[in-house]
Amino acid sequence: MLLARVAEEKIASLYRAGKIHGGVFLGRGQEALSVAAGLALRKSDVFAPLIRDGAGRLAFGEPLIDAVRTYLGSRLGPMRGRDGNVHRGYPREGYLPMISHLGAMISVVNGVLFARRMKGIPDVVGLASVGDGATSTGSFHEGLNQAAVERLPLVLLIANNQYAYSTPNHRQFACRDLADKAAGYGVTCHTVDGTDFMECLRVLPAVVARAREGGGPQMVVARLLRLCGHGEHDDAGYIAPEFKTSALGRDCLHVAEEQMMQEQAVNAAELEAWRIETMEKVERVIARVQREPAPDPFQEDWRAIQTAHLVEVSASANPVDSRAPGAPQP
Amino acid sequence: MSVTYLEAIRAAQARALAEDPRVFIYGQDVGAFGGAFKATKNLIAEFPGRVLDAPISEDAMMGLAVGAAIEGLRPIIEMQFADFSTAGFNQIVNQAATLFWRTQVPCPIVIRLPGGGTSGSGPFHSQNMEAVYAHYPGLVVLTPATVEDAYSLLLAAVALEDPVIFCEHKLLYYHLKAEALPNEALPLGKARLAREGRDLTIVTYSAMVHEALAVAQELCLEGWEIEVVDLRSVKPLDTDTVMASVARTGRLLCVGESWPWGGVTAEVIARVVSEGFDLLDAPPQRLNAKDTPVPFHPNLWAAHRPTARSIAAAARTLLRS
Repeated sequence: MLLARVAEEKIASLYRAGKIHGGVFLGRGQEALSVAAGLALRKSDVFAPLIRDGAGRLAFGEPLIDAVRTYLGSRLGPMRGRDGNVHRGYPREGYLPMISHLGAMISVVNGVLFARRMKGIPDVVGLASVGDGATSTGSFHEGLNQAAVERLPLVLLIANNQYAYSTPNHRQFACRDLADKAAGYGVTCHTVDGTDFMECLRVLPAVVARAREGGGPQMVVARLLRLCGHGEHDDAGYIAPEFKTSALGRDCLHVAEEQMMQEQAVNAAELEAWRIETMEKVERVIARVQREPAPDPFQEDWRAIQTAHLVEVSASANPVDSRAPGAPQP
Repeated sequence: MSVTYLEAIRAAQARALAEDPRVFIYGQDVGAFGGAFKATKNLIAEFPGRVLDAPISEDAMMGLAVGAAIEGLRPIIEMQFADFSTAGFNQIVNQAATLFWRTQVPCPIVIRLPGGGTSGSGPFHSQNMEAVYAHYPGLVVLTPATVEDAYSLLLAAVALEDPVIFCEHKLLYYHLKAEALPNEALPLGKARLAREGRDLTIVTYSAMVHEALAVAQELCLEGWEIEVVDLRSVKPLDTDTVMASVARTGRLLCVGESWPWGGVTAEVIARVVSEGFDLLDAPPQRLNAKDTPVPFHPNLWAAHRPTARSIAAAARTLLRS
């Protein structure tokens, strides 16, 4: 949680300094839920994170440097400059790189689970992360229904952070509670206070275990508030002030720190030391990535299919214009 | 003993299932029912657990295929009608078609699209989708015109590491017959010279190949030798074979059953004009369906798409120019 928070704050400051192309999307306020999801999974499981899952990605095992490289567009990153920011992963390792169309990853997780079942690989769980906005999509409906029909070990985690970009819940859905939707699919639903770190740590592993034991698809609805804009370009002026002062608006990281101090798992001095150590780690990784090479259009193979001899020669024989934006300067 | 275009598609799927344990079929009514057109008839009995009925969820069908392909399986997705693939469009063009580019992980999926007009089918059971999918990077788009190609191209598609849009023409399903399934085939990506000639090249694909061949036969009686190029694959497009033919004839007519704006015929003409303008003795022409939805009534339907009659008229005009 702390590493995700610190790293994302640093990435946001690089964005404000104009050092990042494209958007920056923070998980501020969602770290407790996300990290609990990542921790509840095994490395051999399947994870399709969404834009606010920086903490869950780290917990699932993504090295910090992958996030930094993807944001900074390093050629050495997993996406090599072909895709950026939150669009990263290693599909063959069960870590799926999201596309931007919401709800679309649910059925892809289903497909991985379906294939592993067909191959006879036991004890796998797949977790797809979405927000309140995705629940309005056709993909959400089709994906959840498909998982239920195939009785797949899917955990569908819905972070209800009250707004999809600027659109409040009451313009997004008309049911009393998103959890009510689960019954219509024949799926069990669980709810969790996403601001409460300890509760997240209790609920998520139990839900994952239930899916693993053959309980079929599980839905989790978490209540929380996004403590930032949709992206760093967004000042989130639309968030109602009463939300910010309500229990939903408390910072899950502070809650987690208090909970751990109450349990006497850590004291204030140790927390401060963690913070300093984490900041140093983040600084080191960013400094390293900033020295790494950017993608070079002249070395790019510009090939969208694996089968080289089927690449259209005349269509791809479009030499890079050295004056084009992004081309290396002489 | 003869084999229809549809039987060839079924036979290719049976062979793929038998030879490759990674292959499975997923689509609406493909299981015990054997598919809306019976392209998967009895396959569920021969290959239990590997031919699965899907809910009416084209988006989720495609998403599942992508996940399974990531895991190394080889899904064959049957869209009940090509028209309905628009309901799975996002997963096809944004998920399947971008996966390799983004991650270097290949996405071997065959998406079977029963398409093309048949009289009485109307606006939503008649569409040709090849141009739409060919527009997107990351997809291979095949358009078999013969029984032999329906069989061999489908097998080649299943063996490919990339997502393939396999455009089957419903009009050919039952009446197009061959003596036997082929033992060998032209490589994928290569166009076929369906008929040789020296006066005019007709470039076409799918069901229109047969209309073009009928025209070539008819004009032969008038003393013209028409060359017919069957593209077989619209992406990649075998520009070399097209150019070589135009170099021989000097005249080009492109025929497609799809709508006129953009598309395969426009692409062929653009390439010939930009790369082989000097080969042309007359302005190249193209003939497509009319720019309206596909009509239901046979009188309207027959006038909506190119026919041997309209192709012959266009060819005669071009031959005289």
